[in-house]
Amino acid sequence: MEKLTRRGLIAGAAVTGLVPASPFAQTSSKRGGTLTTILTPEPPILVLGVNNQGPTALAAGKLFQGLLEYSFKLEPMPLLAKSWSLSDDKRTYTFNLQENVKFHDGHPMTADDVIFSITKFHTELSPRARPIFNKIKGATTPDPLTVVLTLDTPFDPFLLMFDTSTCAIVPKHIYAGTDYRTNPNNQKPIGTGPFQFVEWQRGNFIRMKGFDQYWVEGQPYLDELIYRIIPDSQSRALALQTGQVQLTQANDIEPFDIPRFRKMPNLEVELQGWEYASQLSWIELNHRVKPLDDVRVRQAIGHAIDRNFIVSKLWFSIGKAATGPIASTTRFYDPQVAKLQSHDPNKAKALLDAAGLKPNARGVRFTIRQLALPYGEVWTRLSEYFRTALGQVGIEVVLETTDAGAWAKRIGDWDYETSTNFLSQYGDPTLGVERSYVSSNIKKITFTNTGGYSNPRVDELFASAREAEDPAVRAKAFSDVQAILCEEVPQIWLMELAWPTIRDKKLHNVIRTAMGPNAGFGQVYFE
Amino acid sequence: VIRLAHLAAERILKIVAVVIAIAVTNFLLIHMAPGDPASVIAGESGAADAQLMAQLRAQFGLDKPLATQLAIYLGHVLQGDLGMSFRQGRPVAGLIMERLPATLLLTFTAFAFAISAGVTLGAMASRRVGRIADSIITVLALAFYATPLFWVGLMLVLLLSVWLELLPSFGMATVGANYTGWAAIVDVGEHLILPAITLGLFYMAVYARLTRASMLEVASQDFVRTARAKGVPEGRILRRHILRNALLPVITFAGIQAGQLIGGSVLVETVFAWPGIGRLAFDALLARDYQVLLGVFLCTSVLVVLFNLLTDLLYVLIDPRVRAA
Repeated sequence: MEKLTRRGLIAGAAVTGLVPASPFAQTSSKRGGTLTTILTPEPPILVLGVNNQGPTALAAGKLFQGLLEYSFKLEPMPLLAKSWSLSDDKRTYTFNLQENVKFHDGHPMTADDVIFSITKFHTELSPRARPIFNKIKGATTPDPLTVVLTLDTPFDPFLLMFDTSTCAIVPKHIYAGTDYRTNPNNQKPIGTGPFQFVEWQRGNFIRMKGFDQYWVEGQPYLDELIYRIIPDSQSRALALQTGQVQLTQANDIEPFDIPRFRKMPNLEVELQGWEYASQLSWIELNHRVKPLDDVRVRQAIGHAIDRNFIVSKLWFSIGKAATGPIASTTRFYDPQVAKLQSHDPNKAKALLDAAGLKPNARGVRFTIRQLALPYGEVWTRLSEYFRTALGQVGIEVVLETTDAGAWAKRIGDWDYETSTNFLSQYGDPTLGVERSYVSSNIKKITFTNTGGYSNPRVDELFASAREAEDPAVRAKAFSDVQAILCEEVPQIWLMELAWPTIRDKKLHNVIRTAMGPNAGFGQVYFE
Repeated sequence: VIRLAHLAAERILKIVAVVIAIAVTNFLLIHMAPGDPASVIAGESGAADAQLMAQLRAQFGLDKPLATQLAIYLGHVLQGDLGMSFRQGRPVAGLIMERLPATLLLTFTAFAFAISAGVTLGAMASRRVGRIADSIITVLALAFYATPLFWVGLMLVLLLSVWLELLPSFGMATVGANYTGWAAIVDVGEHLILPAITLGLFYMAVYARLTRASMLEVASQDFVRTARAKGVPEGRILRRHILRNALLPVITFAGIQAGQLIGGSVLVETVFAWPGIGRLAFDALLARDYQVLLGVFLCTSVLVVLFNLLTDLLYVLIDPRVRAA
């Protein structure tokens, strides 16, 4: 782990080889063409920060750029920052910016825009960036292409905060002094990305064209990029099948359609590219509901479900079974301690007996209400499987259905018994895992520790991992916390999710980094 | 004339009252749904904190008491301002005007197709009642009446887009082709055929059944026998005596349907990715984008009321007896 971090920090500039440095030799054969793909659901606004939904990141990732990208192993790679370094006291980060970077309105991008974006724009707007960028106590620009950020205390995962979806660099001359959420530019976004916004017909399509002053010489290769809004999953599958679109990503295609597309000779299915998000799905337990506060009951539920069945039969092997609270692609995952209850209904029954929950005349030990996640067919099937699996050990599950608005509201209000949830981990447990388990984050807001699990030792370990500057110390704390959580199962972790990217085989360079299809597409070309 | 003007004034007053009542009811109904736009946005963003929720609610005006919100909304509506979309930060009126033409094009094509094909088929069936043509038409009408719309749509797509590769399977026009003039019309037309047929087939079936039943009933009445005894040619009897009298229930139903069609068809717009107003309303409902939803409801209810008025006028035109009543 330590090696990985240091290599990312110090030798960052050496990785520049990943950014094509000699475009002249290749451009002629790669240049041209229009890529038509899908966006679903339709995002409300295309400025990251003002809106941070998944589809927004996907489309706006072509218009905006962050300072860094990340390799599949989460090592930082240069994007708007050409190189970077960290001071010996691990508090001061220096970023050297790329030269000749222009916004789509022709204004040059400078260190001022970067500092504005980090310390003003995203700190004001983004709940994820806010607590971390608030650690910045000094932000200076020794020259227009250098940014120096000084933190109050060392913060090891700091460099994971600079991808486009977390910290897109926005034009200061347009946003400074305005209400960011209602700025007219939000309707006609201006960034530094390889593509420039042209037109958005709501409910129909978003059209972008290659930016002719893009800072990477010769890129982007594509002339145009079109996102079609197709709300129905079967219509999306048909659009891909008939070649009306040449690329699908995220949740465009339902898992049960994937085997069919794997067989089509002109298409390629890729599963890489979600390492930064590393979403983990789980059955969300409300610890205030008896008997879910009993660790034996939670372990019994863990024994009752078959994760391999969920992966292979519901998700058609897209993704893999969870082994603990930290996804295997996230930093500090410890395979030695991350071990969950095996699928063993008899053990589940024994644990429930031990907890004093004997079956009644109908064979029912107790009844819980599962609030199904309204995010499409496969999530409904998951809740149905949950009902069956728990029914086999004597737990009666009653399914409740709802829509997305009511779901978010009820989770935020702790108004549920069990539900399904999935959260991104953003590369480091301090950034994306801690929030679901520490007692200081038990809040009436979605995506906090809504379950209400509380263990002082867990709080302590997460705190020390957050504050320690030595990655080895952090690794030790995270290993300990994984061992405790796997034993106490505050949530029933199910799967490390992956999302299929399906592309025409003639389309290249789509998935290059841990940002997958969210990345900029400057390098994407048709054969 | 004075009586007519009086009637019209009364009618318009009624319309205004109905529309205001609709606006208030919708406002209250929508706010009864659990969740608000801020919680939806937080849910979709994968991260949230108290500051974000407070920012959003203040921006949307949701931090004020409900009665105040209603008063503000009604005040704006009376000035002809439908407000801003919470999510998109754009004027609701603009959003609706952007999407309404697509819906009107689709639904009126479907409507015209349904009426013309339905009445023709119904008339044909009633003339050949009990024979093979009647059986075929009746069975087909029943089948289309009973089959879910989205399934018919997907089957049409499979046949005409996937296997025969004749028509595009989604959207309203070829994006980026920049067609103009005739080419643009043909392009939209090609995109229009599948959704219009899908949407129209159900109503066609209804009209066919309605026309057939109504014509059979009229055909057995005395004045038809009299006409036949007078020696009026069979074709003329059918057109002037039977069909014209049989059309009244069809018009009643068409009036209702025209009103419904304004709201768009969420199902067909979804399956064919048709950028209409039905989909706008549906997405706004899921997102709790109150202003947009209210705007769409208000807009469509005004149109429905107008269509009812139009239907009443049509009665008078077709059947002079209605005027007396």
